[in-house]
Amino acid sequence: MEFLTQIINGLSQGSIFALVALGYSMVYGITQLINFAHGDIIMVGAYATYVMLILAGTPLWAAILAAVLFCAVVGVVIEQVAYQRLLNKNAPRISLLITAIGVSMLLQNLFQLIFKSDAKSVSNVLPSFPVPIGPLEISSVTLITIATSVVIMILLQLLVKKTRIGKAMRATSEDAGAAKLMGVSSRNTIAFTFAVGSGLAAVGAVLYVGAYPSITPYMGSLLGLKAFVAAVLGGIGSIPGAMIGGLLIGVAESLTKAVGLSQITDAVVFGILILVLLIKPTGLLGKNIKEKV
Amino acid sequence: MADNKVMLSVKDLEVYYGSIHAIKKVSFEVREGEIVTLIGANGAGKTTTLHAISGLVKAKSGELDFCGSNLRSMEAHRIIRLGLAQVPEGRRIFASMTVQENLEMGAYIRRDSANIQKDFDRIFERLPRLKERRRQIAGTLSGGEQQMLAIGRALMSNPKMLLLDEPSMGLSPLLVNEIFSIIRDVNQSGMTVLLVEQNAKQALEIANRAYVLETGTISMSGTASDLAADPKVRAAYLGAAD
Repeated sequence: MEFLTQIINGLSQGSIFALVALGYSMVYGITQLINFAHGDIIMVGAYATYVMLILAGTPLWAAILAAVLFCAVVGVVIEQVAYQRLLNKNAPRISLLITAIGVSMLLQNLFQLIFKSDAKSVSNVLPSFPVPIGPLEISSVTLITIATSVVIMILLQLLVKKTRIGKAMRATSEDAGAAKLMGVSSRNTIAFTFAVGSGLAAVGAVLYVGAYPSITPYMGSLLGLKAFVAAVLGGIGSIPGAMIGGLLIGVAESLTKAVGLSQITDAVVFGILILVLLIKPTGLLGKNIKEKV
Repeated sequence: MADNKVMLSVKDLEVYYGSIHAIKKVSFEVREGEIVTLIGANGAGKTTTLHAISGLVKAKSGELDFCGSNLRSMEAHRIIRLGLAQVPEGRRIFASMTVQENLEMGAYIRRDSANIQKDFDRIFERLPRLKERRRQIAGTLSGGEQQMLAIGRALMSNPKMLLLDEPSMGLSPLLVNEIFSIIRDVNQSGMTVLLVEQNAKQALEIANRAYVLETGTISMSGTASDLAADPKVRAAYLGAAD
């Protein structure tokens, strides 16, 4: 029973990783950019939730909406200000990577400047009570996290598979030049992808704060890195891959804790990254993409 | 046809890749209703010329005019809205999307869903094999089917003119015949065509006029039948041993 409870906790934690991993993967699919500032978007979302819920005292739905919109805007602004020129000029990937790390540091320091570096408490974001399921007792927060993520991932699949902009995203990710010939504006598609990815990270932030109600300007680093590992494990660029990778990393973490090895949880996660890179660098669902000339 | 109005006019086009002078003072025109072919060997600059027209590479100087619009000042994704559709070299279909989705991407710029549906029907009528495979992932099609899909996708934008870049590349002779007969059909239904080809023999057979591109410059031009009879063209491009 304990084992099953740990699996469910892992799925809950993992669905947060998955929501964040989607942002890494979608942006990478379209721009081949690893947006290391993406983890800090979680932090931005957490502070947006804090400002709305605690400082302004708005209801939860308004706080979530505000966090999602604010993160989407921040994501697009980062893309336009920091990345767009580099992408237009086909800058080397290392320049993009360095820029992304710079943006990450900027966000962390900016929020430290505004909110100071001490941890802020954002308790009771989500209603918390035990829910009996058969012989198990699962926290409502865990169930809400899993359910919300499932709904959002279904919506994302519908967006990508059924809508015009979703098809434009897939086409651009596969062959940006051919997509342009069809009339797809790369610029708009990239901006839209950043908005969606950042919005998903904001949802991840709200769920994360629901489970761990203490926020700091640096909270996004480790969470972001683990989500990145999830994206690589699933196959970066693949949307279902990011979902599966996130869940697997969550369960791996949870089981590591369950066997009493809490101290090495992070080592296990990054050990998975090393294994993936050694054994199957394209990840579980990744395609072997040939470098375009 | 020589009196029809000029649709596409290229004047003194110059394109560089870094310090490499790829296209040197290339000028040609395509009139309404024509099939014009641009033939030449590998590396002569055929694809570069097309990419300059469709905006995928930027010209250094010269004029590119399509139906009164200056293409040089326009971004690639706007050019199709003028009615200039391209079937790119190597087909470049969206391999992980279905046949149907590829065709939908062809109609990306259009909002008139009733007419889009009619065009779907027309294209499926002309290319019945695509209809059979509409739910199939495009990457699993054979080379010939992929080429048909690339042509169908370009037609879905309801263009005024079609640019085709080496549609015969990598296809068996039988399929090459089929693709060329499709191009001829499309032209007979009123579509203006600019065809870039290495397969000079087939291209000259269906074209009205032709230009020969050699190391970035136009070395010869004329009606397709004149060029097909020209001893130099015959020796260099048609494999005639005379």
